[in-house]
Order: sequence, then structure tokens, then C-alpha cells
Amino acid sequence: MRKRLGHYLPAVAVFVGVLGLWELAVKALGIQQFLLPPPSSIAAAFVEHFDELMTVGRNTLTEAVGGLVIGGVAALVVAFAIARWATASRALLPFAIAANSVPIIAFAPIMNNWFGILNPLSKMMVVAVLVFFPIMINTLRGLTLVDQASLELMRSYAASELAVFAKVRVPNALPYIFTALKVSATLSLIGAIVAEYFGGSRSVLGQFIITEAAFFRFANAWAAIVVASAVSIAFFLIILAIERVAIPWHSSARTTDSS
Amino acid sequence: MTDSVVRVRGVDKVFGAGTEKTAALEKIDLEIPKGAFVSLIGPSGCGKSTLLRLIGDLTQPSAGTIEVNGKTAHRARLDRDYGMVFQAPVLFDWRTVQGNVELPLEVSSKDGTVRADRARAMLALVELTGFEKRYPWQLSGGMQQRVAIARALSFEPAILLMDEPFGALDEMTRERLNLELLRIWKQTGTTIVFVTHSIPEAVFLSTHVAVMSARPGRIVEVIPVDLPQPRNDLTREDERYFGFITRVRERLRGHQIGKPGAAEVAAS
Repeated sequence: MRKRLGHYLPAVAVFVGVLGLWELAVKALGIQQFLLPPPSSIAAAFVEHFDELMTVGRNTLTEAVGGLVIGGVAALVVAFAIARWATASRALLPFAIAANSVPIIAFAPIMNNWFGILNPLSKMMVVAVLVFFPIMINTLRGLTLVDQASLELMRSYAASELAVFAKVRVPNALPYIFTALKVSATLSLIGAIVAEYFGGSRSVLGQFIITEAAFFRFANAWAAIVVASAVSIAFFLIILAIERVAIPWHSSARTTDSS
Repeated sequence: MTDSVVRVRGVDKVFGAGTEKTAALEKIDLEIPKGAFVSLIGPSGCGKSTLLRLIGDLTQPSAGTIEVNGKTAHRARLDRDYGMVFQAPVLFDWRTVQGNVELPLEVSSKDGTVRADRARAMLALVELTGFEKRYPWQLSGGMQQRVAIARALSFEPAILLMDEPFGALDEMTRERLNLELLRIWKQTGTTIVFVTHSIPEAVFLSTHVAVMSARPGRIVEVIPVDLPQPRNDLTREDERYFGFITRVRERLRGHQIGKPGAAEVAAS
């Protein structure tokens, strides 16, 4: 434990140092509050609006998680189907890659129209579409980039296609899926907050930031951004923790006390 | 040889089509008696691995027939008559050593306790008792290859097909594993077909060495190696052992220099 504290010490020092410099610079250069509030004001705003920030943070997180679940499940289903049927791959993959380049956030007003501006589902769907492609492509890669010798081995056992899928392709894909989920955790929060900017419930991070900024209460807006960042990092760390438990054999999670 | 486990008759293997056609194997005839240890040796590209894969039904011949245990190679594969060992161990990182050895038994839907007992027995055979719960990446290359052998033996295959299984190992590990393989061969009585590019290894291990020529691969001669059994470190110092090595080497050389390269003829 002491070792770990030592490990993180430089990062903590940088963090504290940057905050200190920020505080000093704002005071010394007389930068106005609405341009850049000092960390102390942001901290004060955070304490003052703690309950509200927690509520809006939770609501936004719900949208992000909901969207990730919807988009993730759909991506897995499509990736499995494409991996199973080679012709499906040739037919669908070019479109999947092309669609991946579409700025999906532009669909936010459409989603509001389809699912109701006040319905959190409209935000979830933006998130779902946003995370669909990275998860689908990565899963597909994991299912198909299988060592040829592994497949020959299974063939020599006269293994059924189902057995090859369950015992080789799926375990092989797990690290790819987790990589995609970690990227998508951050992506889902970005998607949710930006979708909120296009209108809807007032009790969410995006609307909180817009409202506070409109009234020149920038310390409050900054406090909300801190919450958004914290939620995003927490979400990422939760998926990282699940990954460690789910695929302990993978090189990213291997413990060093092996031999 | 009425007791043949493998009967290869008039087998050709051609890769590609049209002008891109390459003859990998030509007119291969080979009989492998039950319980034999047969090595396939030849220059790289002579199709020795291809021949092994043909016997194992991992690829199909362009002409000729392959019979295994009186059945087609395809039927034999479906009946799970083969144990395969490749140059790479091909172990699954997500399975423990025990889990890897149980894999073929899982595929053939053996009962859980049968699986566990059988896998433990096979790990004991390759002297890896105590490593059941380790993961493959926690083992050395030689140990990984032993796990691969235990796995190949786990459903008591009639034939063990080994494609340069010790090719990636250092000389010392290789010699130790050679001895272990002979012990396992004696203990299980299984027939082994072994691809190698090491002449001493082929002579040391085999009851028969099939010498092959370069593309298109042909079997030049099957040399019976009647060195006394069981073989051990003393075998490597036996004068006759060196005699066999020289004989194999000459047969290999005779076919590379004595005739114009068959591959060049095919290309022109």
C-alpha cells in the first residue's frame, strides 16, 4: 500500500501544483471571474450546490449508462452475426465503416423528435448510436482475428462451429470488447451531455452548465464540469475493474507474482 | 505390413490453379505400421508438413487416397483418432493448464469428473503435476509444449501427429523433451508421425525415417532405424547412430544436388 502511494505521489504533486498555479495566476493577473474562476471559487460553488450537482450528475450518468447498454447490446448482436456469416460481413462492413465517419451528434435533434425531448431515451439513443460502432468493430475484430492454428486444433478435435465460437472466438474477443467499452465509457458521457445541450429535462449536467453560464455563474458551470469529469473517470475505472475480474489472464491484467 | 495405421497411396497435392499451380507433393506412397514412430524429413518446402496435414485431414489431397485405421482420413478425424501438436504450443491464455488439457475432452462432451481425472493423468505423464492451476503464460516454452503434448494425448488418439514440435526450443530442452517423448510413446503405445528438419532428432526418435526431396515433394526412401530400444543418452554416442545420420544426410543431399532442382523445372 505504501508502495502504491509512492507510485501516485508525482501525479498528485502535479495536480496540486497546477491548482496552486491556477489560483495564483488568476489572483495575480486579475483575471475576471467569468473568464476563468479560481479553483477556490469552483470548490465553494461545488460545496454550495452539492445536492443539485449530485442529482444532475446522476441523471446524466443514467442516460450515459442506458445508452451504453442499448448501443453495446446492439453492437454485440450485430458483430456476432457478422462474424458468423461471412457474407453478412462483406455486405455490411463497408457501410458500418462509412457510418462510423458520420458526426452522430448531429442526430441529437432528430432523436429528440423521435423519442420525445423530455424522455431520457432520446439522449440514450444518441449515446447508443455513438458507442455502437467502436464496440461493434472491436468485437468483430476479436471474433475474427483468431490464430489460425487454434482453429486447426479445434478442427482436429472435430469441434462443432458452436464449440469453436464458445471456446475460441468469444474468449479471444473479450479483451477487444473491454477495450471498446473503456473508450465508450468516456464517449457515452460526452454523447449524453452534448445531447442535453439540444434541450430536454433541466435536471441534467448539460442543461445545468448552459443555464449557469447564461447567468454568468461560471464557478457553478465549472463545478458541473468537474462533476462530469469525475463521473466519466469513475465510469472508466468501474469498467477497468470489471475487466480485471473478468479476464485476469489477459496481458493487461497479469499479475507479476507468477513464477 | 498388414497392420498399417496409415496408408497413403498415390497422393498428389497441388496448390493454386492455372499458371499459379505449384505441385507440393507428388506420388506419395507411405505405410505406417501400428505403434511406429515415423519421422518425415526433408528440405524446407518439401511438403512434409503438408503430408502431415493431409494425414490429419486438415487439407485434402488433389489425387490419391489416405486411409487411417481402415477409414478415410476425414472419417478418422470425425472419430477423433488424431492428436495434433504444432511447432507453437497453441495454448489458450484464458484457460489454466488443466483447462487446456481438458479442452479436447470438453469438445467430445466427456463427463466433468472423467475430464478432470484424465487431464490430471496426462499432466502426470508429461511430469507437470502441480502446475494444473497455472496459466500457459506463466510457463517456460518447454513446459508449454509439454502441456500441448498432454492435451494431444488426452483423448487417447490412435495417432499423434507432430509438426516440428520442438523446433522453437533450445537444444538442451529439445534433447530432454526427445527423451520424454520416447518414454510417453512407449507408455501409451500410440503411433507417432513426426515432422522435423533435424537429422539427429529424426534418427534418435524414429523407428522409420522417411526422407523427402524438394518440391515437388517425393518420398526418396524410408529408412528403418533399428537402433536398440529403449533409446537414451547412450544412443547418441552409438557408432550406428552416426551411421544412420550419415545415411539420411546422404539421401537428402543426393536429391538436392544429384538432380536439377525439381522446383526450377516446374517454374520454367
